[in-house]
Amino acid sequence: MSWMVHYLWMIPAVPLAASLVILSLSNARRKGAAALAVIGQVLALAMSVLAFAATLQVPGFRAVRNFTWFTFGEQTLRLGSVLDPLAAAMLVMITLVGLCIFVFSAGYMAEDKNFTRFFAYLSFFSGAMLGLVIANSLLLLFIFWELVGLASYLLIGFWIEKPSAAAAAKKAFVTTRIGDMGFFLGMLWLYGRSGTLLFYDGGNGCLENAALAMLGTSATFIALLIFCGAAGKSGQFPLHVWLPDAMEGPTPVSALIHAATMVAAGVFLVARVYPLFLLGAINGVSSSLTVVVWIGVTTALMAALIAIAQEDIKRILAYSTISQLGLMMVSLGVGGVAAGIMHLLAHGFFKALLFLGAGSVIHGCHGEQDIRKMGGLRGLMPVTFVTYAIGMMALSGVPLFFSGGWTKEEILHATAHWPRSHAPYYLMLAGVVLTALYMTRQIIYVFFGSSRAAAERAHESPRVMTIPLIVLALCAIFLSVVLTPAWPWLHAYLTGESVRFEIARLLQPMLFISLAVVGAGIGVGIWTYRKAGIPDRDRPAEIDPLEYAQPGLFRFLANKMWIDEFYDGTVIAFSWIGARFSDWMDRYFWDGLVRGFGAIGQLFGTFTASVDERGINAGVDETTAGTRGLGRVISEAHSGQIQTYLGAIAIGMLALLLLYAWLA
Amino acid sequence: MIPTLQVFLIVSAALFSIGLLAALSRRHAIFILIGIEMMLAAANLNFIAFWRFNPQPKQPIGVMIALFAIAIAAAEAAVGLALVIAVYRHYRTTNVDQLDQLKG
Repeated sequence: MSWMVHYLWMIPAVPLAASLVILSLSNARRKGAAALAVIGQVLALAMSVLAFAATLQVPGFRAVRNFTWFTFGEQTLRLGSVLDPLAAAMLVMITLVGLCIFVFSAGYMAEDKNFTRFFAYLSFFSGAMLGLVIANSLLLLFIFWELVGLASYLLIGFWIEKPSAAAAAKKAFVTTRIGDMGFFLGMLWLYGRSGTLLFYDGGNGCLENAALAMLGTSATFIALLIFCGAAGKSGQFPLHVWLPDAMEGPTPVSALIHAATMVAAGVFLVARVYPLFLLGAINGVSSSLTVVVWIGVTTALMAALIAIAQEDIKRILAYSTISQLGLMMVSLGVGGVAAGIMHLLAHGFFKALLFLGAGSVIHGCHGEQDIRKMGGLRGLMPVTFVTYAIGMMALSGVPLFFSGGWTKEEILHATAHWPRSHAPYYLMLAGVVLTALYMTRQIIYVFFGSSRAAAERAHESPRVMTIPLIVLALCAIFLSVVLTPAWPWLHAYLTGESVRFEIARLLQPMLFISLAVVGAGIGVGIWTYRKAGIPDRDRPAEIDPLEYAQPGLFRFLANKMWIDEFYDGTVIAFSWIGARFSDWMDRYFWDGLVRGFGAIGQLFGTFTASVDERGINAGVDETTAGTRGLGRVISEAHSGQIQTYLGAIAIGMLALLLLYAWLA
Repeated sequence: MIPTLQVFLIVSAALFSIGLLAALSRRHAIFILIGIEMMLAAANLNFIAFWRFNPQPKQPIGVMIALFAIAIAAAEAAVGLALVIAVYRHYRTTNVDQLDQLKG
């Protein structure tokens, strides 16, 4: 059904159009705004499911539709959309998770006075993200990439009265911009070398053999530059610093953007341009992929360590997201592309579930976000507790019923078979232990024990908020059906292979290792934090057990390993110096030049004025004074006395006579 | 002995000069008029002198001119006196030094 690909552009267009319409509504029409956004999302979901169904016909389905945007000279710039298993799976995940979050937001943001604007921005984000996954051109992908970044900025800084939110939004945008610079450079290089930015173009696309042959060794650098963009967007070390601060935005935003979808765009990008990474690979190992692996490993471990020492419920989940994204990058790097994408899809569901659960907890505790001030919510918020526990087990990697377990299993399997080194496998096992540890810590603090402070007055959230939680929890569980090694349907769908049902594959030794590791993590967590929040021997109630045991290490982790401060001292200080220098130049040098020219003009004016004043005016004045003086002198001849006049006549007559006599 | 022409001319010139002097240096208005009359008399004498010593003295040209001049002098003296009276009625003085309204 390749007719579907011709209408693929409608999938992002509907939420974008809904966003425009909502923006034109006034602030009072809340129900209309929410309804429009939800309807747009439902339509997008319906179309995504249709598109997904279309890709089931044939293994390795791919349909593209390219069009010309404009021509310059003899070259044309073409864009297009592509429909293949990767895009279709992402479409369904984004629209489904988005729909749940939209419905949740209608309840969560009900008392906010900018309700309409929120849904406009959410819809805009949804449209942009959907456009990103179906783009067939690196340029079109970049355009939607930036739009998604814009939506993130608008939504993180949604509460404009909060200066911390505005600062966080700015930090997010600038940090991802640094990555985007690399992305853009890679894009330009690719275009220069291969002449096209379309991914698939009937054999001529930049990911197809004809163009790849033209790249040679530059493919490594192009891939690494594009990875810069992915690292920025997906919060890889060292560009991860914006993600925890992005928690300043409302919780549905954190769920949608910073857990399920936008941060997944980086991983999606790496998967999309994977042929570039693979070029020149021996046995599935190439230099660019190695870089991806090590950055992913660093990110995953670093974030997991920091998460153990955080006390804000959303920060723990933010660092968890960073850690999981690192894990996905590792998976992509060692060659497990399908495994990484499956984890991405599953992660989208259960991380959104966890964030929405956290939102429900925050709502129930009337705005409290410090886990040390919560507790015992198990009985007070049962639905939230059960769904949160499901999400936690999916994230920790408990296999069997929870999708996260199977996908993590696949990833560990892929890392264990990496030819280059076995270190990532062991490090990721450590990561799994840490994940289970911090999630157990969080659940114990928040839901178990006795209620502290704000949690005493907690109440369960309304149905509009709990039903999306239930839906997402069910998705998290049922996704595992298509993920089990016994029937790896999703894996086969993504890679284009055929699939068989084999129960024997369920009993692999690696599965038992993972079970043991996860169990160990949860066990250590329960044992360490069983008395969290209550006084124990010399430890007061509000000190974390780990903090009591290892205060130095805890402080190091709680302060995010001082990375933000390091950046403040180096990069930001450097740009401050540059900014101040530029300001000085502008204020004194250039401004001085301009004022100098102005002074010259002024000097000329002054000179002319003085010439006019003292030269010309004075001359005229003197002349007139002289004339008047002369006149005064002459008028003394008019004495008014007759005899004077008579005398003058007589003398004149005499003169005439003499003249007459002389002449004659 | 008949005086030559030059004597008459000298007398006439002297009379004219005295009249001019009187007109220019006396303060009283009537004295200026007297001076003017003297100048007129001097001019008349000049006319008669030149007529008398002219080769053809039959037509009384000089006498006629002198007669006209005397008549005109009389008229002019009347006007002058009327002026002086009018000035006196207005300014209460005949001292021409004080009649400097046209000064400047």
